[in-house]
Amino acid sequence: MTTTKNIVTIKGTKDGLVFIMDETCSLEDLFLQLKDKIEHSHQQILSGPLIPITIKLGHRYLTSEEEKELREIIKLKSNLVVKSIDSLVITKEQALLDKLMSTVRVETKTVRSGQELRHMGDLLLLGDVNPGGCIYSTGSIFVLGALRGLAHAGCEGNEEAIIAASLLRPTQLRIAHVISRPPDEWIDGSNDMEFAYLENGQMSIDKINQVHKLRANYWNKRDYT
Amino acid sequence: MGEAIVVTSGKGGVGKTTTSANIGTALALQGKKVCLVDGDIGLRNLDVMMGLENRIIYDLVDVIDGECRLQQALIKDKRFEHLFLLPAKQTKDKSAINTEQMEGLIKELKQDFDYVIIDCPAGIEQGFKNAVAGADQAIVITIPEPTAVRDADRVIGLLEKEKTGSPKLIINRIRYGMMKQGDMLEVDDVIQQLGIEILGIVPDDEKVIKASKDGEPIAMNHESKAGLAYRNIARRILGDHVPLLNLEEKEGGFLKKVKKLFGIR
Repeated sequence: MTTTKNIVTIKGTKDGLVFIMDETCSLEDLFLQLKDKIEHSHQQILSGPLIPITIKLGHRYLTSEEEKELREIIKLKSNLVVKSIDSLVITKEQALLDKLMSTVRVETKTVRSGQELRHMGDLLLLGDVNPGGCIYSTGSIFVLGALRGLAHAGCEGNEEAIIAASLLRPTQLRIAHVISRPPDEWIDGSNDMEFAYLENGQMSIDKINQVHKLRANYWNKRDYT
Repeated sequence: MGEAIVVTSGKGGVGKTTTSANIGTALALQGKKVCLVDGDIGLRNLDVMMGLENRIIYDLVDVIDGECRLQQALIKDKRFEHLFLLPAKQTKDKSAINTEQMEGLIKELKQDFDYVIIDCPAGIEQGFKNAVAGADQAIVITIPEPTAVRDADRVIGLLEKEKTGSPKLIINRIRYGMMKQGDMLEVDDVIQQLGIEILGIVPDDEKVIKASKDGEPIAMNHESKAGLAYRNIARRILGDHVPLLNLEEKEGGFLKKVKKLFGIR
């Protein structure tokens, strides 16, 4: 090796190994040295039982392809498991998405037959969703009004998402990949505010005052800063 | 400058043409100068309902194509001095005209009339767009059936984006007895779901069928409850405060009461 600088620094902690990557060199050099270190040095450390790895990239942004390549290199040693890849930078797109996901969007309208409302993150609708109207959200859906149409919460796969409505009379409910048809699968004539959630992959309905028991950590774990 | 009102519903067969004819007639009864415009090109009906079919020489498409002047195409009603009809063409279809042409035509009519009532075809395609184009206000007709309410909801959604703004609602063909037994959607449920201002409720009445056969709008019939309903609607359009029709009375006629007393249905 002609490299004078140490691009990849490996440190041992009680939670496994931390790979600290130089953030100024080229990605090519970084991958080369990483491969070299994994293959040739530290034989005594890099074999034996499974070791969790944390990779710290500093101010370097990796595209999903580059990240995949990085994981491939680590995989050369079968006992290394990537626990997390930390970067201090994110794309603007991701930043916007994170912002949307951390706030509740408020909409005021009646979603009528043939109309559609889509949102990334949690959505609060002040109005009704009529039969034939659809409301989609990657997060949870709250309707302060009557939900008589279709609602799909966690439409990108979030199974923790819930659907709550002042009057829950939907034609169809979806959470993540689970679809339920209320009249066939559950009938509830209650006029109390209710919410739908997934329990062991099944659509369930309960009164709104049960949310804190069933989804205690859903909102608390979020970073609202 | 008059006001143009489009009568629409989305679904067919709920009574758009009947309502158009009767609102027009009822407004004429109140002494207003009214023009009825049949927007259903290719499937014209309004002339039949008004009993004016045999007087048609020119039509709406002829006016737009410049085949005749607007005044030549207007047919004067046989009963009222100030009620006119602009019939649709039967031999063309909805694509014969576009929204700009319709808008221009309605604008021209509004200068001569107090009210221009546009009878919209069923559906939400070109014919609907044309009919709505020139209107200042919209009336949505529905009947207490889920399919009709669904379509009305769709149309309201479309109208809210137009300059007509939020339309007003008429619930047609109500059968009080069935509603009372829970076999028909409740008026209140329909109003609640659609969430727009109610302009009137019209009971189902066999006399309406006879009226259309005779070409005499039911609004002129003073024995019919449906006729009263349409006259009330016209008064509300004029700004009067008239309470909604009490449907109950109809079922509780003297003979019915006697029958009920003896347990006869």
